[in-house]
Amino acid sequence: MTASPMIEIRNVDKSFGNFKALDTLNATIGEGEFFSLLGPSGCGKTTLLRMIGGFDTPSSGEILIGGRSMDGIPPNLRPTNMVFQSYAIFPHLNVSENIAYGLKRLKLGREEEEKRVREALVQVELSGLGPRMGNQLSGGQRQRVALARALVMRPKVLLLDEPLSALDKNLRAQMQVELRHLQRQIGITFILVTHDQYEALSMSDRIAVMFSGQIAQIADPKEIYQNPATRQVADFLGGMNFLTSSQLAIDGRHFNAVLPGIGEISGHLAGKEISDPSSAIIGIRPERLRIVWEGETAEHLVTARVVDRNYFGEVTSLVVGVEGQAGHLSIVETNDFGADDIPVGSDITITYDGDAFIIMQG
Amino acid sequence: MKLLPSPRRVLSTYVILYVAILYFPVLLLPVFSFNDSATPMLPLAGFTLKWYQGLSGNAAMLGAAWNSLIVGVSAAFLSTVLGICAARAITRHRFRGLGAASSLIMAPLILPEIIIAISLLVVLLGLGLELSLVTVILGHLLICVPYSVTVLVSGFEGFDPSMEEASRDLGETAFGTLRRVTLPMLAPSIVSSLLVTFTISLDEFILAFFLSGTEPTLPVYIWGQLRFAAKLPNVLALGSILIAASLVLLTAAELFRRRAERKMELRP
Repeated sequence: MTASPMIEIRNVDKSFGNFKALDTLNATIGEGEFFSLLGPSGCGKTTLLRMIGGFDTPSSGEILIGGRSMDGIPPNLRPTNMVFQSYAIFPHLNVSENIAYGLKRLKLGREEEEKRVREALVQVELSGLGPRMGNQLSGGQRQRVALARALVMRPKVLLLDEPLSALDKNLRAQMQVELRHLQRQIGITFILVTHDQYEALSMSDRIAVMFSGQIAQIADPKEIYQNPATRQVADFLGGMNFLTSSQLAIDGRHFNAVLPGIGEISGHLAGKEISDPSSAIIGIRPERLRIVWEGETAEHLVTARVVDRNYFGEVTSLVVGVEGQAGHLSIVETNDFGADDIPVGSDITITYDGDAFIIMQG
Repeated sequence: MKLLPSPRRVLSTYVILYVAILYFPVLLLPVFSFNDSATPMLPLAGFTLKWYQGLSGNAAMLGAAWNSLIVGVSAAFLSTVLGICAARAITRHRFRGLGAASSLIMAPLILPEIIIAISLLVVLLGLGLELSLVTVILGHLLICVPYSVTVLVSGFEGFDPSMEEASRDLGETAFGTLRRVTLPMLAPSIVSSLLVTFTISLDEFILAFFLSGTEPTLPVYIWGQLRFAAKLPNVLALGSILIAASLVLLTAAELFRRRAERKMELRP
């Protein structure tokens, strides 16, 4: 990590009775970093975010913001601001009054206050909508008001609780780009909670993947996708073919194994530690398997039978069986060569990228 | 030709009869209050306003009306304040005894009022308190709070708790949040609660009868007047005014609530 730490999460636990909502979390989030908490619903990501904002308290452990312990400090005294999932736009106030809500307490004087509200409206491209009431806004506009209302307070850290989940697909894609630009432009730390892996991959500097109250991996998006630490992480971040293997051996930073029906393969561990080699598993992403068309030549030829075919427009996903492999494999192919016309039940020849095998903790 | 009328017809006839029987006696009240006869009997004798005119010079009645106003306003205000506290606790916090607490708040609704009245009388006299409008207000509070809590709980449930969190997040204190977000958002429910409890207190007889001592409220005064047959038309006139006032208040409350609700409504 390059920047100095803005947020330190130290051994944070949260229990509700016997249920451990958060289990000994540790993370350091840098100044100016776009950090995502990614995981399925109920994994504790929102609870952690709310703890940083001061809406929940850890059962044990502590959270530091800017080097200062946040123990017992209420939300109104923290250098954080939050964009709520429901946006929480005050319906009895108009857009300008919503944005000015927090400024009122700062007693900036009317001129300065109006200036900041104007700037905030420009920043989120809502100029001219100041007098509108909350119920006259579309979902996307309300999201921008929530963003402006938080940013106008000039927080050190902006917390975003699934801010895009209520928007339709196109608007969501547009807002992802805008949020990322905004974050680079103002340079403060953003912490985003999301269950959408593509959102996390496309927006974040680093991602913490969480399952059932624990952080499974913290790394940059490329590392998370290309070199997931565990089977669960791999599974959550898009498709992964898990392979039956024998004679799996780890030697220093390398591993090699025999995959029945596929052949002898090898790979490297990158920065990963495999604590228990006996439960380790080898996988390959569907896009790293390719069909070998007639007339083409390739190394590593494997015969496979097409079991199922799913058409997705620009790509086709084929489910194939390979003799010796317990599970079916999935292949994603572009439709340029007619992958969408391969009959189910036919035999095809496939190949793989020799460096694409990943070893994960099972 | 059908032998039996359709179920739809039967049901609508039933509803019409039901409503008619329920409200017919109430409608008779204003009719006879304008009738130029000392006894409320058909056929009607002729139109007059003298029973209403007779009320205006009646100091005892005006005193009772003033008492009712004091009791009604105090009970409505106190009940709504207590209701806000209780409703917030019920909707925003999970604590041991939550179920028991809310059942106990609601209990006066199903307890026979006369039992409550007698128990209160015994306790208040036992404490050495003198019966006055204050004791009536305390009694009315007991039966008004359940209505306030019901109205305000739905008010709290109707708005997203993250509104209050957003206010705290934007630097506002707990008290500031109450003032700048919670109360404005609850305004429709608060007005409903005030008007509903005021109306309940205004009409309430049993508790007022037991607890009012020498200062009668309007219903207690009316009951006293019934002993004099000659005063009956005046009572009818007074009753008609009360009905009209209650209707206006409750209609106003409902209209205000709906208007505010539309204003608060956010598209999902």
